Amino acid sequence: MSETKKTDAGASVPRQASAPEDREVLLRVEGLTKHFPIKKGILQRQVAAVKAVDGIDFEVRKGETLGVVGESGCGKSTMGRVITRLQDPTGGSIHFEGRDITRLSTAKMRPLRRDIQMIFQDPYGSLNPRHTIGSIVSAPFRLQGVEPEGGVKKEVQRLLELVGLSPEHYNRYPHEFSGGQRQRIGIARALALKPKLVVADEPVSALDVSIQAQVVNLMDDLQQELGLTYVIIAHDLSVVRHVSDRVAVMYLGKMVELADSTKLYETPMHPYTKALMSAVPVPDPNRRGAKSDRILLKGDVPSPIKPPSGCRFHTRCWKATQVCKTTEPLLLELRPGQRVACHHPEGAPDQAPQDVVLLSAAREAAELVPDEVTDKAPAEPVATGSDKAPAEPAAAEEAAVTEEPAAEKAGSASDSAAAEADRQESTDQ
Amino acid sequence: MISYILRRTFAAVILLLVVSAVTFAIFFLLPRLAGQTADQMAQQYIGKSPSKADIAAVKHNLGLDQAVYVQYWHFIKGIVVGANYDLGPTTVHCDAPCFGYSFKTHQAVWPELTSRLPITFSLAAGAAVLWLVSGVAIGVISALKPRSLFDRTFMGIALAGVSLPMFFTGNLAILLFVFNWPIFGRDYVPFTENPSQWANTLIPAWCSLALLYSAIYARLTRSGMLETMNEDFIRTARAKGLGERTVVVRHGLRAALTPIITVFGMDIGLLLGGAVITESVFSLPGIGQYAVQGITDNDLPKILGVTLLAAFFVVIANLLVDVLYAAADPRVRLS
Amino acid sequence: MTELSNTSAAVGEPTSAGTASEAFLRVRDLKVHFPTDDGLVKSVDGLTFSLEKGRTLAVVGESGSGKSVTSQAIMGLHRLGTRGKNVQMSGEIWLGGKELVSAAPDEVRKLRGREMAMIFQDPLSAMHPYYTIGNQIVEAYRVHHKVSKKVARARAIEMLDRVGIPEPGKRVDSYPHEFSGGMRQRAMIAMALVNNPELLIADEPTTALDVTVQAQILDLIRDLQKEFGSAVIMITHDLGVVAEIADDVLVMYGGRCVERGPLAEVFEKPQHPYTWGLLGSMPRIDRETSERLIPVKGSPPSLINVPSGCAFNPRCPYADLPKGNVTRTVRPELELADGGHWSACHLSTEDRTRIWTEEIAPKL
Repeated sequence: MSETKKTDAGASVPRQASAPEDREVLLRVEGLTKHFPIKKGILQRQVAAVKAVDGIDFEVRKGETLGVVGESGCGKSTMGRVITRLQDPTGGSIHFEGRDITRLSTAKMRPLRRDIQMIFQDPYGSLNPRHTIGSIVSAPFRLQGVEPEGGVKKEVQRLLELVGLSPEHYNRYPHEFSGGQRQRIGIARALALKPKLVVADEPVSALDVSIQAQVVNLMDDLQQELGLTYVIIAHDLSVVRHVSDRVAVMYLGKMVELADSTKLYETPMHPYTKALMSAVPVPDPNRRGAKSDRILLKGDVPSPIKPPSGCRFHTRCWKATQVCKTTEPLLLELRPGQRVACHHPEGAPDQAPQDVVLLSAAREAAELVPDEVTDKAPAEPVATGSDKAPAEPAAAEEAAVTEEPAAEKAGSASDSAAAEADRQESTDQ
Repeated sequence: MISYILRRTFAAVILLLVVSAVTFAIFFLLPRLAGQTADQMAQQYIGKSPSKADIAAVKHNLGLDQAVYVQYWHFIKGIVVGANYDLGPTTVHCDAPCFGYSFKTHQAVWPELTSRLPITFSLAAGAAVLWLVSGVAIGVISALKPRSLFDRTFMGIALAGVSLPMFFTGNLAILLFVFNWPIFGRDYVPFTENPSQWANTLIPAWCSLALLYSAIYARLTRSGMLETMNEDFIRTARAKGLGERTVVVRHGLRAALTPIITVFGMDIGLLLGGAVITESVFSLPGIGQYAVQGITDNDLPKILGVTLLAAFFVVIANLLVDVLYAAADPRVRLS
Repeated sequence: MTELSNTSAAVGEPTSAGTASEAFLRVRDLKVHFPTDDGLVKSVDGLTFSLEKGRTLAVVGESGSGKSVTSQAIMGLHRLGTRGKNVQMSGEIWLGGKELVSAAPDEVRKLRGREMAMIFQDPLSAMHPYYTIGNQIVEAYRVHHKVSKKVARARAIEMLDRVGIPEPGKRVDSYPHEFSGGMRQRAMIAMALVNNPELLIADEPTTALDVTVQAQILDLIRDLQKEFGSAVIMITHDLGVVAEIADDVLVMYGGRCVERGPLAEVFEKPQHPYTWGLLGSMPRIDRETSERLIPVKGSPPSLINVPSGCAFNPRCPYADLPKGNVTRTVRPELELADGGHWSACHLSTEDRTRIWTEEIAPKL
């Protein structure tokens, strides 16, 4: 583990040659929301909304790869479609190369389509079966009215070669190709106009492992050759770790953590990130004995129509306290290069040290969390808590680990109020 | 569920009003717009060489001298409270629901319709049972043995059944089984009088009609079953160790039949509005025949009545289909 | 030593050792061919393995490798339906004391769901959308048990409770679409285990699920296996899942087994270049990523025209190493090495050891 960290510092990876922070920002997203209204009745009144993306901020720097991970329904795909303006955002702003593109009309977006391209998941569905490969890959030229040097056909054949296909494939149809080859065609099409930003939504998840590796390497090579910037959206955390410089973790339309890849994977700060990482099976039989550090999350992701109040993860988090239920945590840079939205982050000073009484849901969740993790967990906030607020760390600790009656014993008015609210919540359930 | 049905019923009433208004407009407004005078329109209801007084009387009785919307209002009012038609010496009262009064046959439309409805209903119901049973059975067997002799034979017959028009199959059936070998009766007998005689006279009509429809249903069922039997849940059902018959009927057919409900409901709805050709071919005095009479006589109240009744059945069938569909497929929510 | 003999019994050739007769499931030279308009698709072409009760065998391979066809062949599912008559099946499948390939269809049907059960990749499409979860479980129970609906329903609730579905008494009357993906897969497992089957086949049971849910489901399968002591065949393409749950591993390529053995053997001393390829292709969450992935070049073979000789030879970087073009002409047979580790490769043991330790392992 420590060895791998060193190689990171040793800058063995070319794409990390210059410190990412120094690079120019290509895409800046602020307060981005995308709600899908649910309409009902004859008058089609809006009764609710699916809050697919609900206020996220991030930036993508030139030449980097930003990975976006999260479980199904977290809004990552919607986010991809909104930042490429395939869908209109409900709120917030998107700046591309310093220019506000949030509300650009379709006509005004058209020239920008050259610079922003998207690669889709399904190599079967995203290619028109009635068109030849030549016409599919040359479509961007036609749409943009661009005449490349040496003619369209020559350029398309060059692109096909670039993605590892033969130029003779020009007149063939998509069904004659395997899944991996089709994904290459999709990539060739996306690269036709030399885009600056490529947003790839699950680019390899429909492919077999051996083919997946071919495509991942191809995307890697192309980035180096053409200086591309990628936003790669995927549910496979291993793939994302492999390709990304920085990784954003989404949960229910929110970004809960955004950090340099190595930091995120080795020292995740948000409990959700931690749970997500620990759930990924590792192809190493020796790790099986060590699976005691696996965190099993309770239940399912709540509905994005009615997301939980405060921190959206509080219903499944083993560290959740009253503040998590009431106050939404901000995405703050709590460690250099690591932003996290959590009141009780791992490996950093507790953001709400006075709030120590676990919610009843959290106590249930904690049963599924291995002792190793929970043993560590209270130790950190308590230690830092005593620095800032010397409010009886011992009593606090007791309250944190014991059942409800103990929580009342903890004494202070706010604590018992919290316990009260907590009990109410448990009767609600 | 109940609020859903209420809302749908409300919508159905609105729809029927629109249908009646449009029909009304076609028959009473369009001629006017085309330049026909009220006198000319009234003339159609009287024999050749009418007198001025006759025309004036008819014009008044039909309300042709009033604005179209007033006529329409009277028509709608008649449905709700009934209407009086002044026939010179006498006044005819047309009970609510009054769907108009035919000045050609001197009869109110509604009683005519209700007396003919059982005949049309008998025809539709009998044929429906026949085609549903035979069509679905043939479709299922064909789907389970695709490209077999059975499949090819019956799909061939199905193709013929769809292509052959009713006035061919119907007349052929009459020629063979009523005249040549008089197995079946010729004149319609109400069910209440003699059930066996009723069936006996209707069988040729049922079979001819069912041939047409069962062909469509066999094809629908076959393609539905072929698709369903490839579903994952069929594999699961087999993996449970269920017998093949249970798999086919309980799991396959159940899912494959749901879309057929929609088609079936619509077909029944349309048929109840009058199987025009079948009733004519088999001389069944049903709604369809009444419509034909109205059209040949250019008797607007009759046509209007039949149109509204047909629209009513289609709307009701639609509503029933939706409710049934939701009952059959729990994924469909009525809201 | 005893452990060693155990593992070899689990994966060894049924004919090779006396202990093998104890194996609950024995598959010998299984072939499943489908005639199509384009030619004969040899989905499984000579597969041999065995599995004891209480153990988990992971069958690994890419799409078209024959892993799913194998599982459905064991269940006898290929022979049903409209295309069932065309399937050409040969070889032997012994489940307990019964041979299934030659058995009467109704005999196999009686075993399906009772002695052997299966769970599928996509639980939403694998459950009937029109029947409640409870009804579907009740049906599975009552095919094999002559009990009243009431008893069967109680059993269904008990199973739902066992697989961790909250409020089973209420949820028993829910429809599949009312469950979340993870809950549906739990219900599917409850349905498969309702008759206490001796063999559970799980065909990519977590592929359609999110990682956190996958972790829950794998955990559940592991627990239930411990409790019921059944044999489990886990079909997957995810080597992470394999490492997580399997005792033994069988790697399939082009309808044949190219390598099999105990988990640690296969992961730590893989013998077949295709297995190396799989390991090299997989990005790993536990590793820093300075190295490129090592993909397998080319595409999976056509099952109609399987390459002659070793099916993997067109994609194998070492195909030219053995002398005399043997990789392209002679089909390699499975050979047993130490530790119950079988592999089918023309490379010499020395070459393989050298390539693995010097070329492949350092890059992983």
